Amino acid sequence: MKTVFVTVGTTSFDELIEAIISPAAVEVLKDRGYERLVLQVGRGTVFPTSKTCSHITLETFRYKDSIAEDIKNAHLIISHAGAGSCLEALSAGKPLLVVVNDKLMNNHQLELAKQLHSDSHLLYCTCSTLTATLRTMNLSILQPFLLGQPQNFANFLDKALGVK
Amino acid sequence: MLALETVVVTLVFLFLLFCLRLYVVLKSGAKYKPGSKGSVSVLVAVGSGGHTTEILRLLGSLSSAYSPRYYVLAQTDRMSEDKIHAFESSREQGDSEFSVFRIPRSREVHQSWSSSVLSTVNALCYSVPLVFRLKPDLILCNGPGTCVPLCLVGLLLGVLGLKQVVLVYVESLCRVQSLSLTGRILYPLTHYFFVQWAALRDKYPKAIFLGRIV
Repeated sequence: MKTVFVTVGTTSFDELIEAIISPAAVEVLKDRGYERLVLQVGRGTVFPTSKTCSHITLETFRYKDSIAEDIKNAHLIISHAGAGSCLEALSAGKPLLVVVNDKLMNNHQLELAKQLHSDSHLLYCTCSTLTATLRTMNLSILQPFLLGQPQNFANFLDKALGVK
Repeated sequence: MLALETVVVTLVFLFLLFCLRLYVVLKSGAKYKPGSKGSVSVLVAVGSGGHTTEILRLLGSLSSAYSPRYYVLAQTDRMSEDKIHAFESSREQGDSEFSVFRIPRSREVHQSWSSSVLSTVNALCYSVPLVFRLKPDLILCNGPGTCVPLCLVGLLLGVLGLKQVVLVYVESLCRVQSLSLTGRILYPLTHYFFVQWAALRDKYPKAIFLGRIV
């Protein structure tokens, strides 16, 4: 089943959860062939069940020790702008749509999401533009994300410290 | 009033001597090559969450010459110790000489300025006996408040002529346009300061830019 995985990390992001289970958004997801929606809601107060949202196969949880499986099984990831969540999704090579929480002030995590967006590694929107973005998004423009190279750090340090 | 004048002059003299020593420590540390003696002991300042992930990625690339590894965590950090043990067990046999220590957290997220100064001073009091005992060749840190007292004590070891300690700071991948508070504090006080995005290299000319390294 084509699956969308929504993650908010350790935060609370009720607006995103409400936006993604809204009838308009769910309809767009189904039009695009997604049949299953998995929601990781963290500290949020909104906890949808199949009763509250019956139009799509739904699974909701707060936290897991590791979301690697959920990421692996997803065809699209919708995430808050947290660096850990973004990097985990990108390292798994999954298309990523980041939803910015404009209620958070001085959110320095936005810097990374903005940069990755300008490098075409992810798509970017707000809760109010979520449905429109899902309708019109073109995932084929996304560039693969290559992990950083710690070996460059090691080589530099070995040389600088005289390590053989 | 002679006694008071003497005290003031002595204090000013000591302060100037301290500044001179600090300058010497910063300059000479950049040329010091602890690797020539074989192994390089590393004190790793461990923050929480993403900081831990990043620092373990960096440590994973370092050879077995970087040993023993002393991990220093904040007392309230629950998750990092497991990650450290998992990391160390994944290293080659015979290359797992490490220990874990805890100091009070310098600052909680959103903690006010005034109380942050107090809690950092508190962390400093714990850092002094720890770093003085361990006398590492290298202190490696990447952003959490824990770095600041540890680096300051590392510098103190040098200023007092007890041990030359090389300070290496790697700013987090999340910092694209602006440095973290820890980064801004430690930028003038470290020997090797790495940034991972070009915008920061342009803003901070002393920084080393090797692209993304985590």
